[in-house]
Amino acid sequence: MRAHPNAVSPQAVSDEGNFAAEGVHRSDATAVNKANTRTLYKNREPVYPKLVHGTFRRAKWAFMILALAVYYILPWIRWPRGGNAPDQAVLADFANARFYFFWLEIWPQEVYYITGLLILSALGLFFVTALFGRVWCGYACPQTVWTDLYILVERAIEGDRNARIRLAKEPWSVSKLTKKLSKHIVWILIAAATGGAFIFYWHDAPSTFFGLFDGTAPLSAYLFLGILTFTTYLLAGHAREQVCIYMCPWPRIQAAMTDAHSLAVTYRYDRGEPRGPHKKGQDWSNRGDCIDCNQCVAACPMGIDIRDGAQLECINCALCIDACNEVMDKVNRPRGLIAYDTDLNITNRLAKKPSTYPFVRPRTVLYASVISIVGAVMLFSLLNRVDVQLNVIHDRQPPFVMLSDGSVRNGYTLKIVNRAGMVRNFAIEFDSPVPLSLKLVGAEKDADGLLQAEVEPDGVRELRIYAVAAKGDVKTNSFPVKIRVRDTQTGVIADSAQVFLARK
Amino acid sequence: MSRSDKHIDEVSGVETTGHEWDGIRELNNPLPAWWLWVFWVSVAVAIIYWVLLPAWPMVTTNTIGILGSSDRVNVANDMAALEAKRGAMWQQLTSVPLESIESNPALLEFAQKAGGVAFGTNCAGCHGSGAQGAKGYPNLADDVWIWGGKLADIQQTIRFGVRSADPETRQSQMPSFGRDEILTKDQINDVVEFVTTLSGGEANAEAAERGRTVFAEQCTVCHGDDGKGNRELGAPNLTDQEWLYGSDKATLYETVFYARRGVMPAWHERLDDPTIRALAVFVHTRGGGE
Repeated sequence: MRAHPNAVSPQAVSDEGNFAAEGVHRSDATAVNKANTRTLYKNREPVYPKLVHGTFRRAKWAFMILALAVYYILPWIRWPRGGNAPDQAVLADFANARFYFFWLEIWPQEVYYITGLLILSALGLFFVTALFGRVWCGYACPQTVWTDLYILVERAIEGDRNARIRLAKEPWSVSKLTKKLSKHIVWILIAAATGGAFIFYWHDAPSTFFGLFDGTAPLSAYLFLGILTFTTYLLAGHAREQVCIYMCPWPRIQAAMTDAHSLAVTYRYDRGEPRGPHKKGQDWSNRGDCIDCNQCVAACPMGIDIRDGAQLECINCALCIDACNEVMDKVNRPRGLIAYDTDLNITNRLAKKPSTYPFVRPRTVLYASVISIVGAVMLFSLLNRVDVQLNVIHDRQPPFVMLSDGSVRNGYTLKIVNRAGMVRNFAIEFDSPVPLSLKLVGAEKDADGLLQAEVEPDGVRELRIYAVAAKGDVKTNSFPVKIRVRDTQTGVIADSAQVFLARK
Repeated sequence: MSRSDKHIDEVSGVETTGHEWDGIRELNNPLPAWWLWVFWVSVAVAIIYWVLLPAWPMVTTNTIGILGSSDRVNVANDMAALEAKRGAMWQQLTSVPLESIESNPALLEFAQKAGGVAFGTNCAGCHGSGAQGAKGYPNLADDVWIWGGKLADIQQTIRFGVRSADPETRQSQMPSFGRDEILTKDQINDVVEFVTTLSGGEANAEAAERGRTVFAEQCTVCHGDDGKGNRELGAPNLTDQEWLYGSDKATLYETVFYARRGVMPAWHERLDDPTIRALAVFVHTRGGGE
């Protein structure tokens, strides 16, 4: 590929000469997406984010530790369930079609719980986006978390921004090779651990862990380990900000979630402009607070300049806020030249109107109430969950059978789901406006005239049952019946509304 | 095109292909690197494939590849694996007495599933997807059986068929009373009137009375004095509401005039023993089994 004639090297280093205050340096960092360097086809400009210190950096470290800890440790938590059930707290057991989450055991028939969880997650995302903008992108997205982790490794091995840029320009040497090699090895190890941890959510963690080494793990485990190792290494190590800019649909979608009051990392140009270099002891009147030190650009993992305004590339990670605050402290100006704010407030302040931060808005109220409703429905359904379920299919062909004595017979296939860990005995009953005589295939009525069927623990039993209405009793072409199974020990009931079809 | 045609695009600095359409020229940009890489990797994979697996057709055979893989062998292995997988239950279908299958819940469920699949493949074409039958093809879901509705009867019928070429087949031959001039058309009309009364239908009383005599002479041997049929002979019950070909008088006339001789194949020639047993259980549990 050809370099665009206008392209400049944006990452040239010149941290020399101190100005404005002790310890404040001017960086030559330039945003990689500056309008005058944009072309239709362009090689990636490498980004070397500089380490910053501050509230948001600490918050990001804390969240990164929490997220990674949950991800890596969760599958190793044991949760004894007794019987043949697995003792892993969180497990998607595809082979046996069960999903385990601590005290919950979800069957494929109850996949609506997972649907509900996805709906809640989506609405939660809409809600926080409406309130605080792209916090998902800046703090919680796996792409952000793992990229941050990879940059941490890179920084530990190759040094901070300037050292990394120097190293990139150096000719190849043993020391450069050692550094690069060890960085990539650590990256690949992290990637493999990431892919490995993913597999443990689908198979028993300890046995699969050892199985991965002695070759007894299933082929799919190696396959997914390989795929996720590769994608983690590629996306967090090499693609990085390009994933957010070119691959991810979410930055485009979330424009619909935000409004003029949604907070975003914002350069307060009402306070910062006109910007310009500042020498120590100079007067601050008739100028803005921005000393044009470019530290916000140097810190940005996306390689952009927040002072260019809100832009698609900005993931709202707030590291530029920390970078700017560090500088503001040193030059004795108030913090918050870059802060979570809105463009609307800047316009207001320029017009001498007060800033407003209305968190209660129709949009947020709507999101909050939908979240509450869906959450309440899910909670209600979870609390009222019974461990027996009845599914019935009425025979489709033939819909009914005329018998030789003129009576009418309907056939039903019953599936009784027993989610308990013990054998249970169910009595099968029909609620019908017309007297029906019942016949269960493979079973006779017991002494009390009950049709009974035993169902294995944690199992499903399929039964065929026939109901016959005598000739004179059928007055309509169809009437509703309710089929019910009742645990003969505990009295727990599951039922299903069905019809009886006939010809008058 | 000669080198003198070489044309460099002013804006991009890239050579053009030399073609021109109304002043528009095509840039001769090189292929993207990633595309070339994918191409060369594909070429390499293809060569490795040729070496490892069957690939090139020869005159009478083909190259085998050093892995010695063969789809024929794979299919045979898969079939053997399938047999091994369903082995125990499959064996049990034949090793236990037919009557005891339905009292073993696991075996019953297995037999119903296996029988259902076999029914869909082999029987549904005539008897319908739900065993509901059709004109001339008995309904297997009701409680009317021409040859008997016990498990053993059903199995016998499936195994040897009805009027099939098998020597042990179910066999019954109603005479073609009209075509073979055993009865006159008037007599047939009379007997049709009488048969209609057997199942409670409306009929000409006078004609039915004449038909009663004809029936007693010609039909009772198989269908019985009371018209209730005889399963030993495969003679249907004429007093119930179930009619294989139809109960209107025109159809009955046709039945008596020409007789009906529906055929069912002997399935033991095509299906193995466990499948036939599973089928018998499946049919027996459609609701009408005795």
